[in-house]
Amino acid sequence: MRRKGVSYAKYGYLFSLPFILAFLVFSLYPTLYTLLIGFTNMKGVVPPPLQILDDPLQNFKDLLFNNPTFRTSMMNTAVIWIANFIPQLTLALVLAAWFSSQRLKIRGQSVFKTLLYMPNIITAGTIAVLFNALFAYPMGPVNSFFQLVGWSDQPINFLQDKTIARGIVAFIQFWMWYGNTMIILIAGIAGINPQIFEQAQIDGANGVQTFFRITLPNLRTIILYVLVTSMIGGLQMFDIPQLFLNGGPDGATRTAAVFIYTQAFTGSYLYNRAAAASMILFVIAAVLSACLFYILRDRDAAKIRKAERRLRREAKLAARGGAVE
Amino acid sequence: MNRIRETSPFMLNLNRTFVYAVCIFLAFLSIIPFWIMFVNATRSTPEIQQGLSLLPSEHLMTNLRVLLDKAFDPVRGFVNSFIVSAGTTLLAVYFSSLTAYGLVAYNWKWRQPFFTLIIAIMLIPAQASAVGFFQFMYKIGWTNSFLPLILPAVASPAVVFFMRQYLLGALSLEMVEAARIDGSGEFFTFNRIVLPIMLPAIAVQSIFIFVASWNNLFMPLILLTQREKYTLPIMVSLLRGDIYRTEYGSIYLGLSLTVLPLFVIYFLLSRYIIAGVALGGLKE
Repeated sequence: MRRKGVSYAKYGYLFSLPFILAFLVFSLYPTLYTLLIGFTNMKGVVPPPLQILDDPLQNFKDLLFNNPTFRTSMMNTAVIWIANFIPQLTLALVLAAWFSSQRLKIRGQSVFKTLLYMPNIITAGTIAVLFNALFAYPMGPVNSFFQLVGWSDQPINFLQDKTIARGIVAFIQFWMWYGNTMIILIAGIAGINPQIFEQAQIDGANGVQTFFRITLPNLRTIILYVLVTSMIGGLQMFDIPQLFLNGGPDGATRTAAVFIYTQAFTGSYLYNRAAAASMILFVIAAVLSACLFYILRDRDAAKIRKAERRLRREAKLAARGGAVE
Repeated sequence: MNRIRETSPFMLNLNRTFVYAVCIFLAFLSIIPFWIMFVNATRSTPEIQQGLSLLPSEHLMTNLRVLLDKAFDPVRGFVNSFIVSAGTTLLAVYFSSLTAYGLVAYNWKWRQPFFTLIIAIMLIPAQASAVGFFQFMYKIGWTNSFLPLILPAVASPAVVFFMRQYLLGALSLEMVEAARIDGSGEFFTFNRIVLPIMLPAIAVQSIFIFVASWNNLFMPLILLTQREKYTLPIMVSLLRGDIYRTEYGSIYLGLSLTVLPLFVIYFLLSRYIIAGVALGGLKE
């Protein structure tokens, strides 16, 4: 029981204040400032006095309609993300089903989990440089291996081939993240009511049927969560393409984030163009976040609201003299 | 009734063998790049170019000398990365706990809208505001300082979200009430009673924040231009430049040095890390 006359509400505000201040200064203000820069002429090492362009949307229009480099970088981001995500989710689902199977009873799970998750914890930049060295031409570990097992007679210049370079970036992303996805899915399967699985077994369902009829439908929310967080992460893909080949060869691994970095912080310092590009990314990420927000919203609260609405409707009906069951 | 056990023991064993084979292959795939990296760190460049080896050689010291003779300074990078990561972790953990407590323990008018805001901004990428952030820091003379890498951690929406979930389950408001009756101030109660309750959550979050900050490349790369301020991920980018062009032994050694602390942390704490990853997916 709260004592009368003393309200502690002000502490709620007080304790949230540092967060709010830091958010305003380091997050909201820079975002609005970026938006503003997107409308201006800010470029060069020493930019001219800030001025809004005659057509404020010029930078955005240029990017969307007259900038093949930006368009390719968006395409690269999408292609690399898809090439990493489909195998990632598939493998993670299969592994999660295996590890959770009551029939298979796989041993040594914690060792496997530890090893499969391991690449995720290592600095992405280090991994990018490492793979660059592993695929070195004319002689590097991968070329040596290919000749050892007789897959090739000549050294292959992997890193000059656009498709292979993209493939390696997608592979690194896949390799770093499937363990993470797998662990999340295993936790998800552990959360499904075990009675459903028992019932399925009694009804004679085999492993494949159980997976498609029970495991998958029950994991819908979690798969959606994995999908959206992976998409937002994919939009920001920077460390690996930047340090693997600087976005090369010939822009094949230049992702949207690499594009922004290159425009703003190297060469001719086109801050305005980079700002406009980041705002386009921001909008995409915001839409995706909104989807996730919708998924994650308090479902109990939503249920209660629904129940309340129903009660009110019924009450109204009753007041009008309608029949209520 | 016999239908229930239709999988024969033979098929079951076959399946199981297949599953183990795949898992062992994947485990091998996780290890082998790092294995080659550590081995090559001890081999000379000619040896590396002659072919693959899974056993170490004896050129570690030569590689180290070549590595340190040039721009790569692992000690400096380590110290800088540690300052940034430790600062980030402390601020993020403390202030996120404080905010979460404010959200759970008190009934205030803007509580629900504020929590909604936190979820809404949780996934907004840092790159979206990078240009404005850089210009802002440049104007107040904070480039080449660690402050803009550390201070924003005070507002870490994802950590607040996690801490709030934890507090909802772990905090008993009666205990807070009892502390009040004993005359404990609200801030004192938080520091002395609530923070200790939150320790398990703080430990898990600390690992993740620390590692994420340690591995961060984008923001440091933009803000830090002086070599003595470089964090480890920027140092790594030096290994790809012209400076070490064909010194493969040194490149592998440099990479190994940046990975070593993470391996130590990981193998000490992997149990908690994996439990933490599983929790991350369960915030339905």
